[in-house]
Amino acid sequence: MAGYQRTSVGDRPAVFELKAAGFTLPILRLLEADIEAVAAELGARVEQAPEFFRNTPVVIDLSAFPDGGGEVEFPLLVGLLRGYGMIPFGVRGGNKAQNEAAEAMELAILGEHETRSTRAERVAAPEEPAPVVPAAVAPTVQEAPAAPPRPGAGAAFTLVTRPVRSGQRVYAAGGDLSIIAAVSSGAELMADGNIHVYGPLRGRALAGMKGNTDARIFCQDLQAELVSVAGHYRVSENIPRELRGVPVQIFLDQKILRIEKL
Amino acid sequence: MARIIVITSGKGGVGKTTTSAALAMGLAQRGHRTVVIDFDVGLRNLDLIMGCERRVVYDFVNVINQEANLNQALIRDKRCDNLYVLPASQTRDKDALTKEGVGRVLEELAHGYDFIVCDSPAGIEHGATMAMYYADDAVVVTNPEVSSVRDSDRMLGILSSKSRRAESNDEPIREFLLLTRYDPARVEKGEMLSVGDVQEILSLNLLGVIPESKSVLTASNSGVPVVLDRESDAGKAYADTVARYLGDEVPHRFLQVEKKGFLKRFFRG
Repeated sequence: MAGYQRTSVGDRPAVFELKAAGFTLPILRLLEADIEAVAAELGARVEQAPEFFRNTPVVIDLSAFPDGGGEVEFPLLVGLLRGYGMIPFGVRGGNKAQNEAAEAMELAILGEHETRSTRAERVAAPEEPAPVVPAAVAPTVQEAPAAPPRPGAGAAFTLVTRPVRSGQRVYAAGGDLSIIAAVSSGAELMADGNIHVYGPLRGRALAGMKGNTDARIFCQDLQAELVSVAGHYRVSENIPRELRGVPVQIFLDQKILRIEKL
Repeated sequence: MARIIVITSGKGGVGKTTTSAALAMGLAQRGHRTVVIDFDVGLRNLDLIMGCERRVVYDFVNVINQEANLNQALIRDKRCDNLYVLPASQTRDKDALTKEGVGRVLEELAHGYDFIVCDSPAGIEHGATMAMYYADDAVVVTNPEVSSVRDSDRMLGILSSKSRRAESNDEPIREFLLLTRYDPARVEKGEMLSVGDVQEILSLNLLGVIPESKSVLTASNSGVPVVLDRESDAGKAYADTVARYLGDEVPHRFLQVEKKGFLKRFFRG
């Protein structure tokens, strides 16, 4: 952490400091223009967890909005979100016209998708359980277009049905990751929650990326190069022979990474 | 509309060009109008394997740069009327391949041909990604050894994410495994990965297994696609591969060590 420093002009003590900070925020990925449909679905979601949405800042993500899908009716959308107690404050992934329309509604234009490497970072307190977020939290998948999250598919959860090949990385932000195919050596799986692999796991698997020590890895055939839960890792060399090639679960027990046969 | 097939591997020297030549010739011999394109700009070899190196006037890069039209650059094979070769340029580098240019040439070819076979260069850089970008089908050529298998795996990852089909969320590229330089005797001794080992790692549709054979080198050196050598195991295996690609049910051959009978041993040593 940078030291606490006061900037002062002349002898006067400083009245403010400028700093950068990152926040994890819910994102509303808009998939179609039909504001009535959005309203109906959002209403149902809010009913499930009204407290979660109260005074929650929300970013509107237009990257999955189909070209030629009609105009985004920002005034209606913003009114809708405010009506449910949310605080819409920015958009991202929009085109020029959409950005202009958003600016007219005093919404901030946010930068494009950032792929944060969170491996080294550790959040002090374990995160809240995967929040219920409208639509879906976009999983960050590099080089591997996993099944795109379906609208209304519920909370953060990523399912991959095709083999994860050497050199591919799949990151399930904010939730669990399930793979129902082989994970090749040289591939990397990451999830903020648990990881389930229903095929041989030959690559790396890192669960609890944001420091969730309760996260676990479940796999049917452990041949991994490296496994890690909340930063506690073990490489292939240190995995006993009798645990290789069998179904196991991997979890933290008093900060010790344990691998147990299932 | 033509079907675009990329012959790829990641690793070099595994038999991509040999396979491209054999597959293209095999398809053409079965009556399909076929063109085979060398994407290995700067290291062109396909013309040698096809035996047309002395007839190259214009090349793929000339067509991309619109310095020549397709008919000027395409070389008709002397052995098979259905087969054409589009050679690579030897004096340029891979940056001469642009996505738009390649797309335009393939589009133009797609109207007159049934199959377009793209012979990819090794590696995962620009040349290789250009060769696979527009593909409908991919034949991943792999040798039964760990580094080749890993590189193929990497290539499969790229195929499923950086192709046109992946980018436009179309039906994914059909991927096939072709195992080359397979030596059942060494597999039996445990010196080489078996078909099963490779398939377990790559979990792919097995299109064919080409046995290690001296006839491949002989054929390459004399500019004859090995599929034309009907006597050799490799030639037969490539013919089976072509049949399987076209949907025939053909059992895999040459997976076991040939049991030499007494007479055979006596006569052939």
